Amino acid sequence: MSGEHSGSLPVRIEQDVVLARQLARKLASDCGMRLVDLTKLVTAVSELARNTVVYGGGGDMDWQVLEEAGRTGVRLLFRDEGPGIADLKLALTDGWTSGNGLGLGLTGARRLVDEFELDTVPGEGTRVTITRWI
Amino acid sequence: MASLHGSTLEAIKHNHAQLLVQWVAALEANGATRNIKEQTLSQETRDFLQLLIDVLQADSGNDIVSSDWDEARRFLERLSASRAQLGHDSHQAAYFIFALKRPLFSLLQTHFSDDPARLAEQLWLISELLDTLGMHTIRTFQKTREAVIKRQQEELLELSTPVVKLWDGVLALPLIGTLDSQRSQTVMESLLQRIVDTGSEIAIIDITGVPTVDTLVAQHLLKTVTAIRLMGADCIISGVRPQIAQTIVHLGLDLGTLTTKANLADALKLALKRLGVNLGEQV
Repeated sequence: MSGEHSGSLPVRIEQDVVLARQLARKLASDCGMRLVDLTKLVTAVSELARNTVVYGGGGDMDWQVLEEAGRTGVRLLFRDEGPGIADLKLALTDGWTSGNGLGLGLTGARRLVDEFELDTVPGEGTRVTITRWI
Repeated sequence: MASLHGSTLEAIKHNHAQLLVQWVAALEANGATRNIKEQTLSQETRDFLQLLIDVLQADSGNDIVSSDWDEARRFLERLSASRAQLGHDSHQAAYFIFALKRPLFSLLQTHFSDDPARLAEQLWLISELLDTLGMHTIRTFQKTREAVIKRQQEELLELSTPVVKLWDGVLALPLIGTLDSQRSQTVMESLLQRIVDTGSEIAIIDITGVPTVDTLVAQHLLKTVTAIRLMGADCIISGVRPQIAQTIVHLGLDLGTLTTKANLADALKLALKRLGVNLGEQV
């Protein structure tokens, strides 16, 4: 694995979503993640990064390569200072969307990773942390 | 606005040669001369200093947007374009101007050594002027870059939507790369248009070259397929690889309404079967 184990990437515009996906793909393949798991992680990143841009008004993605108790994983934190999510339960319902998407991004991303954590304060922003272990 | 003192200009003219030498030395020391021929550089510095002297002599003030500065502005625009072509970055291009600061400052320092008030005033004017010129260089440099990027994006849009005819009545659209909204719009338009033009009954969209199928991509696909069906044709999605299939299931996407195949060959086979084309057991 290459030297750096953590860092941050701005996620402000639609093109940054592509960069976020590429970074996640590289991190995962450097860790030796299987193709299926890698694809799942990258897809989750795509959903969350797009949410950051579209609903959060732009933010950042912090990344971290984890090595603990003999296992390796990739952890990503998407944070924005947007409007936050008013009704978390509703937002985590399949098929519900506040925009015009399919309403599966957030819930789908949750199913695609091993660990999923969502912190949101209405009016202050949203932080989503996902982890995928190998 | 206060203008440059006459004797400042005289000093610059007098020490013309020395300024040029120091300027070039400063440029070289900072690596702003990479890939530039010595001859070209000395020509550029000489030309620009002359331009600068000419404008200052005409007492045109510091407003480089005015027409008196046309020549100098155009010179810098050409310069930043040529720097962009050489693969320099914006600060290297702007350094062409900023490197002139130190030689000019030290010249003025000696020249006005007995008049600190005037020295301060003249330094401020020169500094402000060079900063504006440097900013102009950066701005033009970025504009050149942006133009290049924009052109490439447009080329990519054109390139990435080749609709090919596989058989009488069967069209294929191999998708490659990212399906952002702008591209998927172009893709959809050109596919629908080709369906009309060729009177095709079946369109195959191949997503082998799409690395990530997320909800947005799926939404675009669903919309495209719906539009194709509204036109009375049918659509098959091919190139659904195992990892993509598993991801789609986990995402919770319902693509059950679509006809999908693992690869293009299977999709073509299905299309031919639907059209009633009999290829025989062995061809």
